[in-house]
Amino acid sequence: MRRILIMGATSAIAEATAREFAARGAALFLVGRNADRLAAIADDLRLRGAVQVDTHLMDARELTRYPQLVDAATQCLGGLDTALIAHGTLSDQPAAQASIEVLLDELQVNALSHMALCTELGNRFEAQGHGCIAVISSVAGDRGRQSNYVYGAAKAAVSAFTSGLRQRLHSKGVHVLTIKPGFVDTPMTAAFRKGPLWATPATVAKAIVGAIQRGTPVLYTPWFWWPIMQIIRNIPEAIFRRLKL
Amino acid sequence: MRGHGVSWGRLPGAAQQLLPVRSRHDALPDLPSMLPWGNGRSYGDSCRNDGGVLLDARALDRYIAFDPATGVIDVEAGVLLSAIIDLALPNGWFLSVTPGTRAVTVGGAIANDVHGKNHHRAGSFGHHVLGFELLRSDGTVLPCSPTENPEWFAATIGGLGLTGLIRRARLQLKRVAGPWLRGDSQRFGSLAEYIAIAAASERDWEYTVAWLDCSAAGRRLGRGIFMRANHAPAPAAGAAPPAPRGSLRLPFTPPLSAVNGLSLRLFNTLYFHRPAAAARDALWHYRPYFYPLDAIGDWNRMYGPQGFYQYQCVVPQADAERVLTEMLQRIAASGLGSFLVVLKTFGDHAARGLLSFPRPGVTLAVDFPNRGARTLALLDALDALTRSAGGAVYPAKDARMSAAAFQQYFPQWQAFARHVDPKFTSSFWRRVTGSTTQ
Ligand SMILES: Cc1cc2nc3c(=O)[nH]c(=O)nc-3n(C[C@H](O)[C@H](O)[C@H](O)COP(=O)(O)OP(=O)(O)OC[C@H]3O[C@@H](n4cnc5c(N)ncnc54)[C@H](O)[C@@H]3O)c2cc1C
Ligand SMILES: NC(=O)c1ccc[n+]([C@@H]2O[C@H](COP(=O)([O-])OP(=O)(O)OC[C@H]3O[C@@H](n4cnc5c(N)ncnc54)[C@H](OP(=O)(O)O)[C@@H]3O)[C@@H](O)[C@H]2O)c1
Repeated sequence: MRRILIMGATSAIAEATAREFAARGAALFLVGRNADRLAAIADDLRLRGAVQVDTHLMDARELTRYPQLVDAATQCLGGLDTALIAHGTLSDQPAAQASIEVLLDELQVNALSHMALCTELGNRFEAQGHGCIAVISSVAGDRGRQSNYVYGAAKAAVSAFTSGLRQRLHSKGVHVLTIKPGFVDTPMTAAFRKGPLWATPATVAKAIVGAIQRGTPVLYTPWFWWPIMQIIRNIPEAIFRRLKL
Repeated sequence: MRGHGVSWGRLPGAAQQLLPVRSRHDALPDLPSMLPWGNGRSYGDSCRNDGGVLLDARALDRYIAFDPATGVIDVEAGVLLSAIIDLALPNGWFLSVTPGTRAVTVGGAIANDVHGKNHHRAGSFGHHVLGFELLRSDGTVLPCSPTENPEWFAATIGGLGLTGLIRRARLQLKRVAGPWLRGDSQRFGSLAEYIAIAAASERDWEYTVAWLDCSAAGRRLGRGIFMRANHAPAPAAGAAPPAPRGSLRLPFTPPLSAVNGLSLRLFNTLYFHRPAAAARDALWHYRPYFYPLDAIGDWNRMYGPQGFYQYQCVVPQADAERVLTEMLQRIAASGLGSFLVVLKTFGDHAARGLLSFPRPGVTLAVDFPNRGARTLALLDALDALTRSAGGAVYPAKDARMSAAAFQQYFPQWQAFARHVDPKFTSSFWRRVTGSTTQ
């Protein structure tokens, strides 16, 4: 039985992933900031087969509370093997480029919080000699674009951070997974027009669980985002800077 | 979303804005024209709101509670019937009533008070609803059951989504031995024969339904296959057919309807004469038995970009043979009918909803590729027959009945109208309340 902490458990992608875990009989510790939604998700996951589900209220920006959070999860579940970090906001790019305050807040919720939690988990898992830290970054972190470079920069930070952490912990038996979804139809992207490149949370969730089980280092999901991002990453700056992306 | 994609008949129409409802704890948005949307398995415009917003309730898909001892299940309204089966069947419970597809939501099943092949035994979906929670646009939450807010309970069952958003519901499931059904099928040569077999089968068979060959004319008119079954314990090991796996899907819409006179006659003749049409003792897994069409994803696309209509009416038993014969003659003469013609005799349980469709009589359901004015003229002619017989047409399948026809079929519509949420409306509702002249 896997004992799993999920940060941002009310996220559509996280909930779909939690259902996959529940069906496999996992024990879950759900963290979020909306008590009603967390309780509804917890009831559902119990009926889907989770052997234990606990909930915990916390805002991801409270960076100093992560040691307490990991303590609580470890205590509740009687140990911890896996963590999924899924919270995030799709930054309001015009607002973030107009205001340093907004910019800092975005980086706090989309990057610093991930780094803080990864630091805490990394040290604990290193000490216990096993564990898996799965962090949702994004293809948007692979290259900054004018339409959302604040979000992209936060995700790039998460990708780089988890890459380094992976190297550090690889020999210690700890698996660090960087998840890079493409377009996923979730509340975060409710305002976008959907097309053939869009995936459902359920599809992405299956890929995430597969990657956790196989020990994959970096997951592009759906898979076709890997070739797409190879191309986008290799467009020379002389051309890229003129594109309207 | 493109307008034709939001309802099963894929008829051309205005684009719709789909606004997801994310949590059963959220308030409704403050908008002037909204309609709940389940999974778009209604054929016509009762799940459309051209020019307005559809509140996409599919994300309300959480189980809330399930008691394997009593078979009472509490779910959010966007939970699909398939998800209920997934949870309940391994514990020996099944839906008390199921329509011919399991890809419908609980909210949608309540809002159309859907029926199944066991109507003569179990009534319709609403008979097994223990209660639900209705959210009105002014923020009021009404708990409804046969004893609590009973008038809202009656208005919302079969209420076409117009009384507010159903957020959650509690259902009574039925005990079954497992996923298997046992029964038989037999050919019949006429409507009179159908009516006799249906009447004779009601006592001993929980599920009865017939398929009709709508391409047959003259002496063969009204021929078909009658199928009946009961839930059954698992067969001896090795005797069971394998549970069906996977499914096909139609990945694109052909530029023209693949349903035409030739393909129809061919299909119907082959279907009628296939050996399984007369099986003495057949064993079915519940999936092919209840949901044969769910095995072909997006089969509705085969009617091409113009989409299709379904006509489903019920006519009182006394006149059924005469009226249905005339309908079949017209359909056969028009050459506009389709693969799927289904016949079922309803029992006489009084429905719970003010606008519920099921009522005593024989119900006929026929698909028609959309060939424009010709198709509409035929459907109007069928309506004239239904009206003269004192029958009714099913709103879940309809996209064209006149206001006068609707108001005759559903004489309680004005009592119902008082319960309509001032901010809720649908393309269907605007049409059938528009004008009282034809
Ligand atoms: C292959 C096939 C076979 C079928 N067989 C049968 C059958 O045997 N018997 C039968 O009765 N029907 C049958 N139907 C019709 C189908 O069962 C109904 O149209 C059903 O209501 C569709 O449910 P839905 O979840 O897709 O809802 P939609 O079609 O999206 O919506 C249906 C209605 O429900 C309302 N609604 C949806 N969710 C809510 C909510 N949360 N709160 C309030 N209102 C809501 C909508 O406003 C709309 O008026 C069949 C359909 C298909 C495609
Ligand atoms: N959707 C996509 O196309 C896409 C693509 C690539 C990457 N991603 C990433 O995938 C992850 C999951 O997103 P999603 O698509 O599933 O969107 P979502 O359903 O909107 O989930 C976002 C979650 O983050 C939580 N959250 C936001 N700010 C928070 C805070 N300060 N403290 C605690 N929780 C907070 C939200 O909680 P509340 O419920 O309380 O609001 C919500 O649960 C995110 O990291 C996102 O960046 C998404």
